[in-house]
Amino acid sequence: MRNTCKHCCTKIDNLKVKLGGNTILDNVNVHVNCGEVVGIVGPNGAGKTTLLRTILGEVPYQGRIAFQISGSVSKKPKIGYVPQKLQFDFSSPISVADLVVSAISFYPVWMGINRDLLERVKSILSLFAAEHLLKRRIGELSGGELQRVLLAIAMTPGPALLLLDEPGSGVDVKGLSLFYQLVDDLRNKHDIAVILVTHDLAGVSSYVDRLILLDRSVIAEGNPEAVLSNEKLVKTFGPSLWNVSLLPNLKSSKAGKNDHD
Amino acid sequence: MKNALLAVLLITPCFALLGTMVVNKRMAFFTDVLGHSAFTGIAIGVLLGIQDPTLPMIAVAVALAVAINLLKDTTRASVDTVLGVLFAFIVALGIVILSRQGGFAKYTSYLIGDILAVSPRQIACFLVIAIVVLVYWYAAGNAMILTSVNSSLARSRAVNVFLIETSFTILLALVVMISIRLAGILIINSLLVLPAAASRNFARNIHSYTQGAVIISVFSGVTGLIVSYYWGTASGATIVLFAAGCYGVSALLGRRLNR
Repeated sequence: MRNTCKHCCTKIDNLKVKLGGNTILDNVNVHVNCGEVVGIVGPNGAGKTTLLRTILGEVPYQGRIAFQISGSVSKKPKIGYVPQKLQFDFSSPISVADLVVSAISFYPVWMGINRDLLERVKSILSLFAAEHLLKRRIGELSGGELQRVLLAIAMTPGPALLLLDEPGSGVDVKGLSLFYQLVDDLRNKHDIAVILVTHDLAGVSSYVDRLILLDRSVIAEGNPEAVLSNEKLVKTFGPSLWNVSLLPNLKSSKAGKNDHD
Repeated sequence: MKNALLAVLLITPCFALLGTMVVNKRMAFFTDVLGHSAFTGIAIGVLLGIQDPTLPMIAVAVALAVAINLLKDTTRASVDTVLGVLFAFIVALGIVILSRQGGFAKYTSYLIGDILAVSPRQIACFLVIAIVVLVYWYAAGNAMILTSVNSSLARSRAVNVFLIETSFTILLALVVMISIRLAGILIINSLLVLPAAASRNFARNIHSYTQGAVIISVFSGVTGLIVSYYWGTASGATIVLFAAGCYGVSALLGRRLNR
């Protein structure tokens, strides 16, 4: 496992979330250090997305979510968030530049984006292999392209914690490995903590430091190899994935992955 | 006629701006319900013995807008079902009250509107509302774009989604009710929807979308008003016909451009 700085961390203690009378999360304990990429896997309805939305502050909860820097509790840090596959109107006349500017600047997009701002957006997008998308409408982007644009937005200005919800959905294998590579670079360069919710066990395992198997509460936790060989996982995902994840060389098993969404 | 032209020049850009977001957020049915709530507003005004029903109309529309906004997050029924139910209820309630002793004919002017009857006081009112819309759009435009794409994404960028959605619906209620005398209950909604829908057919970004909607809205407004004067027709409906014509042309041209 990668050495992380341990000076700053996100601590979730005894978290309980109830929505409409149903307990979605119960007794969830998760610690994430900065510079660490943690993958959260689990069946549909396990509460993975709810966990991210709770960390974002969208959902009422019981328990404690604390953000610490050098041992002292800090206020809520900047959190970057890349949502699950967006469901918006594909004929929407919103360009990539419009979306980025409306997220990172107060300058009203409808009045027209000036050249300086456009250059700034272009330089931000270029870090995410997306500068050529600047003037495209968001409805014209492929799944992978949209994910990179959303990642660029989430990383501007640099957050302390990055939340990624199902980056694999609607993205082809090549696009996904480019996405994971970008996230890996970000973590190395900026020492941010990353929590990544995914179905893509095999694809993600070479990029995460730790995997958490979640089903209402934490069922198993540890390095990817250990969690992927956990028998509870078989019950969760069935034997087909079990075989994929036990390929001799785990890190090259991406080629055998399917899109599960 | 001069007053009517001033009124059109002030109010059509507001309708265009608001309309761009109504179409983006697929709220066309919502604004139609809002417009028709004028029936109940007028009825309540009559019951209370108020001469000018504008205030009760605004009160009913704002209350309805806020109620729908709250309901859509809490109910399991789909939004268009909720709107359909409210639409029927609010129109029926208004008509029942207004038609007591067969007096409904008095109110038919609200159905088709009358731009030529606009007073200088109303024009001052339009000027204020135009400034409010412009300031609101300047301050909240970006937040609305983010909200229309994804509310969680907007929240992660420190946007208060509830505040944005509620304030937007209240502003819509205000603008629609204040201008319902111009276009009439039956077609006020098309003034919101048509310019934006037409502009969308060829817009590549928010700037060109907004620009196109404002140009189409002002063009249809002025042309419709002048033509209705010579034809002796209802101005609101004539304006809507021109806006619909713009939509038709843009749909044909847009398809050719995108090919």
